[in-house]
Amino acid sequence: MRLEFQHIHKHFGAVHANNDISFTIEAGTIHGLLGENGAGKSTLMKILSGFIRRDAGEIRLDGHAVEFKNPAEALHLGVGMLHQDPLDVPPLSILDNFLLGRQTRLIQDRSAARADLQTLSQRFGFDLDPDAPVASLTVGERQQLEIVRLLSRGARVLIFDEPTTGISLPQKVKLFETLRLLAQQGMTIIFVTHKLADAEDLCEQVTVLRLGRVVGQVTRPFTSAQLVQLMFGQTFATRERAAVAPGEPVLELRDLCVADYRLRVPHITLTARAGEIIGLAGIEGSGQRLLLRACAGLDAPVAGEIRIAGAKMNRQPYRAFLARGVGYLPAGRLEEGLVAGLNLTEHFILARRTREWLVNWNAAQNHARARIAEFNIRGDPASRVESLSGGNQQRALLALLPLDLKLMLLEHPTRGLDIESTLWVWQQLLERRQRGAAILFSSADLDEILEYSDRILVFSGGRVAQALEGRETSAQQLGELIGGKGL
Amino acid sequence: MSKTNFWNDLGWGVGPILLGLVLTTLALMAVGADPARAYATMWTGAFGAPEKFSNVVDAWVPLVLGSVGLLITFTAGLWNIGIEGQMVMGAIGAAWVARTVDLPAPVLVPLLLVAGALGGALWALLAGALKVYGRVHEIFGGLGLNFVAMGLALYLIIGPWKRAGIASTSGTEPFPPAAWLPNWPGLSVGPIEIALALVSLALVYLALRGTLWGLQLKAIGKNARAAFWLGVPTQRHWLGAFALCGAFAGLAGAEQAAGVWARLIPSISGGYGYLSILVVLLSGFQAGGVPFVAFFFAAVTKGSVALPLDLQIDSALGGVLQGMIVLLYVLSQGVRAKFR
Repeated sequence: MRLEFQHIHKHFGAVHANNDISFTIEAGTIHGLLGENGAGKSTLMKILSGFIRRDAGEIRLDGHAVEFKNPAEALHLGVGMLHQDPLDVPPLSILDNFLLGRQTRLIQDRSAARADLQTLSQRFGFDLDPDAPVASLTVGERQQLEIVRLLSRGARVLIFDEPTTGISLPQKVKLFETLRLLAQQGMTIIFVTHKLADAEDLCEQVTVLRLGRVVGQVTRPFTSAQLVQLMFGQTFATRERAAVAPGEPVLELRDLCVADYRLRVPHITLTARAGEIIGLAGIEGSGQRLLLRACAGLDAPVAGEIRIAGAKMNRQPYRAFLARGVGYLPAGRLEEGLVAGLNLTEHFILARRTREWLVNWNAAQNHARARIAEFNIRGDPASRVESLSGGNQQRALLALLPLDLKLMLLEHPTRGLDIESTLWVWQQLLERRQRGAAILFSSADLDEILEYSDRILVFSGGRVAQALEGRETSAQQLGELIGGKGL
Repeated sequence: MSKTNFWNDLGWGVGPILLGLVLTTLALMAVGADPARAYATMWTGAFGAPEKFSNVVDAWVPLVLGSVGLLITFTAGLWNIGIEGQMVMGAIGAAWVARTVDLPAPVLVPLLLVAGALGGALWALLAGALKVYGRVHEIFGGLGLNFVAMGLALYLIIGPWKRAGIASTSGTEPFPPAAWLPNWPGLSVGPIEIALALVSLALVYLALRGTLWGLQLKAIGKNARAAFWLGVPTQRHWLGAFALCGAFAGLAGAEQAAGVWARLIPSISGGYGYLSILVVLLSGFQAGGVPFVAFFFAAVTKGSVALPLDLQIDSALGGVLQGMIVLLYVLSQGVRAKFR
């Protein structure tokens, strides 16, 4: 299906999120959509998939102008979107999810749907058990389910929003294979990303957005340097990091076992010293979050010992961990960290943990203003957190962590951030490390793990490998370990 | 706030009240009653004489106290449906003191109010503990405890605390006069009740607005997980919010027992707990609206008492009007949010 955007405009208040966007995507191609946070990619894709309505302009499918009021209508006309966080119903089975949203009679024909699901799965070599609950799937498998679901509903244009986030290397290889196959079968694939390597690997053509406008288009062959130039107007060089001599042990784990209702990771032994950065690698949901939360005192470990700065911390409440200089940065910004409806000043007051009774609003506002400037947050003391962009929310979260932390536990500290924000975050973290903090962080981005970690802990299939030396590990090695080879 | 915003808010607030009146009028016409006479009867029933007006204030006091308590729990994100039972337990606490302690009024009255507050607070803490430690949602816990509290009151009235010789559901033996809240001559209200309501309202308004505790409560109500991450002790604050709300509810119950009825009766809470929930909803969860909305509700409640006597219309009309207005207000808020 040939897809044309013609002069698309969209305003959100004063922000011109899409400004006269026009380009064409031919049927049977994989088209990359690149841009930093706030460039307007998500807005454009939400317009295309019927989640929001454009202010002006036209969308044409195979030459016909189309109009849709909601995602169901868009899908009916052939446009389907895979969201970064799959929009499925985890407690239901794969088959139930597959059936959801179909306009059928009162009684569903489950056996026909089952056959349908199996045929489609086989066509792409997916291994989807119709009766397994979706909650038991990895993000990669949930993507596969979403692909077959959309195809069965007649999607001819498929939008993939950051699909390589949170999936393993083998799953990524499988995904790319699938995308190429889909393109061969005449589907139009839009691949939204800010990973240059992925775009380079996969896309025949790439459109780059910046500040709501199309700033350029490149066709194969192109280089990632070209893309970076278009995205930012400048290229970033990764800096050499200063060597830090590790100090006293800050965190000691002895034969720790962490678990939740579906996963159990035993035998974690680790000593993290002041000034050390330890990367937690692995497919998302392999236990990295469990470990970070256990070290933060948010979830109790099943067995083993946690010591912080020498003191045994098992069974201590979260506040005791805070008092010992432990800081945890959650991945869900607006779910676990920030309180929608409260402004930045109020957040800084809450985070200071003072014992004063009355709030001194003037002093608090000045404090907030200083932190906002220091952390380069685009907003003012009275800005509600939900009005900030993702990158600025992340900066706000970091600003809420006390400066004198001994142990920083970071869950996906740069997820969803553009390159500039990512570099900024790491600059902050490296400064903290210089001041003697030990850092544990999880990331789905192998390059990030390799670039910043002194040591790497690989999680795979309920196990944790011996810590690797960051400098001596290659991407290939790491990828294989994550995929479960050699563990 | 800009001027247009103010008028906008006012319109969205007053519109539902007018529409509620229109719909109630239609309902009256449908049953063949004369709306003008019905409203006139309600008006004179509420404001026709000083004694009538004092009855309105009698209802206003527990509504304000209940709403003040609910402002705390709503801020913390809790639905304290159990407030009705907490009022009953407050009344029972006050009755217990009135029946067993023999002291002069200046000591006995404060003691009895404290006992009422304590009774309500403990009953609310039970709902809180069920939520925090037992994972029972506070709506179900509160609802269950309401029935238990009412049952307990009934048991005391026809059992251990029954009037000499006869066991009657009309109530216990009247309290000794030292346990009565002083009233103005010829009226059913006195200065203590009104002062209690106004001081409670001011205190809670200031505490929610200006203290760290108020901010922490607000954060918990909007996102408990994030608040916990920020270092706010969520469970402690939940329990505290329940206890405080229960204390205000208990105070209302004690005031009803010692100030209005001078004894314990089975339906001592008079539905004021549930009605307080509506008052807070209609006030937009803000303390500023509470005294006025509570006054309106009190006037409608007391004004409609005269309806069956004068016009053979059931006094439930007042409830219809109140429910209609709250429903329309909540609806208008929803519609407004949708098209904003």
